[in-house]
Amino acid sequence: MAKVRKIIKNIKVDADRCNGCRGCEIACSAFHAEPKYSSVNPARSRIRVITHRLRDIWLPVFAGGYTPTECAGRDIYTIDGKEYDECGFCRAACPSRDMFKEPDSGLPLKCDMCEGEDEPLCVKWCLTDVLVYEEREVWVDEETEGRKQEELDIGLESLADKYGLDRLKDAMARMTTKE
Amino acid sequence: MRYAEMGYHLEIDLATGNVEKVETDPKLTELHLGGLGTSVKQHWDRVPPEVKPFDDENILIFSTGLLNGTPAFSANRTVVSFISPQSELLAYPMMGGFWSAELKHAGYDKIIFSNKSPDWVYLWVKNDKVEIRDARHLKGKGALEVQDLIRDELNEPNAQVAAIGLAGENRCFTASIEQGRSSASRLGGGAIMGDKKIKAVAVRGTGDVHLADGARFFELLQEVKEYINFRNANPIPDVMTILSGIGSPQEMVHTDEKWHSESFAWGNARNRRKGFWTEDIEKSWTRTQLSAIKRLISCYNCPQSCGALISFENLPRYMMKCFSKLTYGMAAYVDNLDFGFKIVQRAQEYGVDGFSTPQILAFAVELKENGILTDKDFEGCPPDEDKEGRFFWLLDRLAHREGIGDILADGTYWAAKRIGNGAEEYAHNNIKKHEQVPIKLGMLDPLYYLMYATNEKISITQIEGNWPQAPFPMREQREGFVKDWPQLPDEKFKQYFIDWELRGDNSIPHFPTPPMCSEIVDWMEMLHNIDDALGLCAGMASFCLKPPYHINNYHKLISAATGMDIDRDELKRKVNRSRNLHRALNNRRGMSRKDEKPPKDHWRYRFPELEEELLTTYYTYKGWNYDGIPTRERLHELDLDYVADDLEQRGILKDGQGQKDHQEHQG
Repeated sequence: MAKVRKIIKNIKVDADRCNGCRGCEIACSAFHAEPKYSSVNPARSRIRVITHRLRDIWLPVFAGGYTPTECAGRDIYTIDGKEYDECGFCRAACPSRDMFKEPDSGLPLKCDMCEGEDEPLCVKWCLTDVLVYEEREVWVDEETEGRKQEELDIGLESLADKYGLDRLKDAMARMTTKE
Repeated sequence: MRYAEMGYHLEIDLATGNVEKVETDPKLTELHLGGLGTSVKQHWDRVPPEVKPFDDENILIFSTGLLNGTPAFSANRTVVSFISPQSELLAYPMMGGFWSAELKHAGYDKIIFSNKSPDWVYLWVKNDKVEIRDARHLKGKGALEVQDLIRDELNEPNAQVAAIGLAGENRCFTASIEQGRSSASRLGGGAIMGDKKIKAVAVRGTGDVHLADGARFFELLQEVKEYINFRNANPIPDVMTILSGIGSPQEMVHTDEKWHSESFAWGNARNRRKGFWTEDIEKSWTRTQLSAIKRLISCYNCPQSCGALISFENLPRYMMKCFSKLTYGMAAYVDNLDFGFKIVQRAQEYGVDGFSTPQILAFAVELKENGILTDKDFEGCPPDEDKEGRFFWLLDRLAHREGIGDILADGTYWAAKRIGNGAEEYAHNNIKKHEQVPIKLGMLDPLYYLMYATNEKISITQIEGNWPQAPFPMREQREGFVKDWPQLPDEKFKQYFIDWELRGDNSIPHFPTPPMCSEIVDWMEMLHNIDDALGLCAGMASFCLKPPYHINNYHKLISAATGMDIDRDELKRKVNRSRNLHRALNNRRGMSRKDEKPPKDHWRYRFPELEEELLTTYYTYKGWNYDGIPTRERLHELDLDYVADDLEQRGILKDGQGQKDHQEHQG
């Protein structure tokens, strides 16, 4: 299989510097609005600042992949005397919680590093230098499917998991008839 | 589609439990913007002047500002408005934090409470779901503690909660509304919540806030961002540290308190302590502060970190901001900073205003020292030499309204009236019945005279701002300062500042001249009124020197956010309209020139004739008559003829009374 050059995009998070302003959530949701910048909604953001103020926890977490099943076991971390909730560091959009899901449809959200921009918008609009963007080059197998197809598959898969394949097929059939 | 605003209010009738989602008229936004502006209109239309603070008809409004929920940095203020139990005028304390954006995302611009609940409740708003929930089990809980209890019982960790503590439940006149690291403190909003038996208002929203021209809005924000970075990297030289940066006063960052501890008055706003800030004090206070602060924190969408998470000794954690670390210690004459961090924790759980309350406690101590209050009033109080214990004891009495605390809970003005026997002389630091910052100075400052006397906010800390507090000693410094001053409404202010000197003919009290003072004060209060309509933190705009938001960029942001095409002049006109409506509302409640007086002892050197001239010149500039009532001409210019009609019908504005009468009065 042919190798292609790939840029690995990395956001370094210095959570100790976070002042909890949630500007990253705002910038992210505005960038991903349709049309771009036409609306703001932190609930649609692909980065979330998990906050427990009195426990001194301000933890920016990026949306990772969608998973149809929740973990069989959970973990609770204590670091420097601070106890983080179970799933505290997890990036998955999963059935156990609302995080990283579109508030209206429940469809999963995933950080795309603001493709097309010089750097992710959350990094650009974080004025306290919590988020730092880095790139590195690697060579990987050529991708055979386009990104949009991948997103479509993920979306359909999550809907099928949530409502069952039969209901999804029925809904698709109804929509096709309408059109 | 509505842009920036949501276009809906939530109307909550606490007596019947009726909840309504009411669409608002876009015309009101065009006339009054939002936030304070549109809230004042609600109060004018719905609350007749006969209504007393604790009447059913005193509506309580929690309002977002027009730019809350947009990406505008530091647009996070919630304006709470009500007729104050203390001043009996329309009060509008505000809080930062995270509540207002959450309400926007839930789909509302304001929550308006009317009437009273028969028993303790809290309001839970999650998008379209609105519930008045039983709060009897939360009665007596601390204002901070209850926020987490509510989040837990709702299983909504992202809900934002504004709540009262025991002081609000007991209708203490200086009860605050607490929310995370912020509070709406001044003038007793917590007492009105308590009177209506609302323990808390919890909100969670997951809807969109739309922008009319989002791409343009982000372009403008890019400029704001660059200026924020520039200002953070370049503090203003030649001013004291606390005035050199942007944001609210950086009291959690700075440990140098020479200026506050030596320039502000100790005790019951009495004595300045020159030479207090010794090396030992500096070491001890710095150590305490650094050990107490766990992390510097911000409000919603703000790059500054004006607040802090406090973890002091074995006390429950809390969050602090601004000046309260000093207010109790200075009022109690306690020289260690530990006391400040300890007592604020308790005061915040009770939910009391950190400016007024320490003065009330110091007032009580003075009354005892002068034999007006007696040992019987202080029965059970630690001995006089235990100044810390005495303050804790008094704070407990006040919040519980027990014994003498029941009288003190009404604030110094009303407490003095009830105590009598000469106590009024000790309630000496009030304007319009409200305790002021404890500052006692030498020479009358004409600008501060006007700001103190006339503003509807009745709190100097949130009136002043873009104009420096004092002239710079050297002409070169002044010329340097004005060189880079894009925030100016008019170039002429540069000359005013260059000509302003520390001593000589061009110094206070006679310079700036009364006409110049009127222009400068009008500029300052206009900025605050804009911030209060937009929900912007004054720390990034009206309250600080050379801020990121100012009269030359607000209108561009408003236009891009809302789609209203407004210029600078139209913006000024809108807030001037709201300012005059607010003024008229207070006039209708009896406020006039007779009430516009800073404390007698605020300055040692007073100039009664000049002060009269200042007031008259400023009133004329504002289009108000001799008594400080907006004239029909001014009200007509601002499309407020209905207000002129009302004031005339009530005999507050005499038919035809205007500038001519004003001039005759002067003549």
